[in-house]
Amino acid sequence: MMSVRKEAIEKLLDQRNFKLWEITPWAVAALVWLFMPSYLPFATQIAIMILLTMSYDIVVGYAGIVILGHTAFFGAGAYAAGLVAVAGWSDPIFGLMIAAIAAGLIGALAGGLMLRTRGLALVVLGIALTLLLAELANRFSGITGGADGLQGMVVAPLLGTFSFDIFGRVAFVYTVIVLFFSWLVVRSMLIAPFGRSLIGIRQNPVRMEALGVNVRARKLAAFTISAALAGIAGALNAQTTQFVSLSVFGLELAGAVLLILVIGGRGRLYGAFVGAPAYMIVQDILAKDDPVYWLFWLGLILIALVLFAPNGLLGLIERAADFIRGTSNASSVTPAAEVDANGK
Amino acid sequence: MDILLGVVFTGLAYGMVLYIISVGLSVTMGLLGVVNLAHGSFAMAGGYVMIEAMSRGGLPYSVGLVVAALVIAIVSLVLERTLYRVVYKRGEFDQILLSMGIIFVSMAMAHAAYGPLPQPIELPTTMLGQLHIGAYAFPTYRVFLIIFGFATFVALWLSIEKSRIGMRIRAAVDNRAMAESVGIDTNVLFMLVFSTGCALAAIGGALGANLVPLVPGYPLEHLTYFLIVVAVGGSGSIKGPFLAALLLGLGDSACKMLAPQFGAFFIYIALFVVLTIRPAGLFAGQR
Repeated sequence: MMSVRKEAIEKLLDQRNFKLWEITPWAVAALVWLFMPSYLPFATQIAIMILLTMSYDIVVGYAGIVILGHTAFFGAGAYAAGLVAVAGWSDPIFGLMIAAIAAGLIGALAGGLMLRTRGLALVVLGIALTLLLAELANRFSGITGGADGLQGMVVAPLLGTFSFDIFGRVAFVYTVIVLFFSWLVVRSMLIAPFGRSLIGIRQNPVRMEALGVNVRARKLAAFTISAALAGIAGALNAQTTQFVSLSVFGLELAGAVLLILVIGGRGRLYGAFVGAPAYMIVQDILAKDDPVYWLFWLGLILIALVLFAPNGLLGLIERAADFIRGTSNASSVTPAAEVDANGK
Repeated sequence: MDILLGVVFTGLAYGMVLYIISVGLSVTMGLLGVVNLAHGSFAMAGGYVMIEAMSRGGLPYSVGLVVAALVIAIVSLVLERTLYRVVYKRGEFDQILLSMGIIFVSMAMAHAAYGPLPQPIELPTTMLGQLHIGAYAFPTYRVFLIIFGFATFVALWLSIEKSRIGMRIRAAVDNRAMAESVGIDTNVLFMLVFSTGCALAAIGGALGANLVPLVPGYPLEHLTYFLIVVAVGGSGSIKGPFLAALLLGLGDSACKMLAPQFGAFFIYIALFVVLTIRPAGLFAGQR
């Protein structure tokens, strides 16, 4: 009995140590910087989508709060950073902070209301929040530019020395560094007892409540942190493109994030790092000629993933690895493998 | 007074279209808890099938409506057996993914077949005129929508309350395990409810096409309103969605006429208030 316990503790503590393969995304980023300079703006977009998906995964994959329309916080962050820059406070780091605070506040407020519900009501409220913010941005077009988008953003040089160039070099490095620090924070948060308790809540909220965990408070905390991260992603998007349009609140973007999450596999820290590049590159190839054609493929991929690879690409790789090793105990910490503990 | 009457009249007609489309979704959700976001796709498909039936088949309006309902009932049955069945036990996330996928595919197909512009459905001449009641004139088409919506509600309510099959559906909604153990085949029941619900959606989509235009973006554009009807009305119910659809239709037409620059802003605010106070829906617990 003692040894099992010891083993479990050791296994959990071992997750804190950085593995060698965890360097991969950053090595890839360095390679892109060195050898593919013309793809830097595209790579910046991918990095932003990784951050957004990572924030979404905290809520959906880890805490098991199924919402649609996490883009509300992405959009709120984008508009916050944009408006701050238009108003004259053009320092990018300051803009990021304002965006994180704005999105986090909206997340805490909306989450306080939304998390009282679940199932269909939660999904509807998530979509409604996104549309509500979109209506606001559209209504006050004097401030936000409305349907024309927010123009006239001036972003000051990073740290007062590196000004954003038209090749997107500074933008890329800036985005990757922000992603790196966000990843560090998310990683340590998910390994810490707080993160483990989120997984517990997803697997069995009633039991966690019985164990003395304040389930609603934890969910709200996770929701708020996730909203703030999504806000940072939105701010990065606004600052690197120097433009914000109403499409940040679109359901199309919400659908894209959803797809990225399932391609990578939810409830895995690295799902976003696999899903976002895969999605963005395939989209870049397929959607170039005909966006409608792309929509068709998007839908078909979603359906196929649900039917054949509910744990995403990483889940498939894991399963293949298990198969080769000859062990059939599929890792049980991924959400799709669980029976819905909430019942109907 | 005229404005108020206009708001009420338009709201009633719109609410009835929302009801006919969404009621199937409510019963489906109540029965198996399946979050089918793609319900609007069936409504849109119903409209397009009706166009085909009328233009190519040369069928009259009423027959076209029946054909649309039948075709969509069969299509939905096929999809239920092949796709939806897989995600019943998988939890709501997979259900959302699957139905989002179906939405995207249906949108792309509609776009490829009919282009981005709204497709009109030709109304029979009897529905084109206006109905004069007192000093006011009402478009016959919208009067018809209101009457049809009320009739649908009464028919559904009677069949759920009085018929044998309705009794079984109620039993399965209340307690599925118990219903199964007294010998009700919930599997067959669900197929029946699902395809009937989708056929109703098709009827709603086809009938309402002159009020809610048929465009490829239809399933996504109106998704929120269909879901609001079910969430506020309470799932597994006939009466709840009816009241919710009436409220939503009236609220929407009031917002559009009185504060058009805000769009549906106040609807969403009201939704937050309602669902925060009553998470299971405003009319939950009603049949």
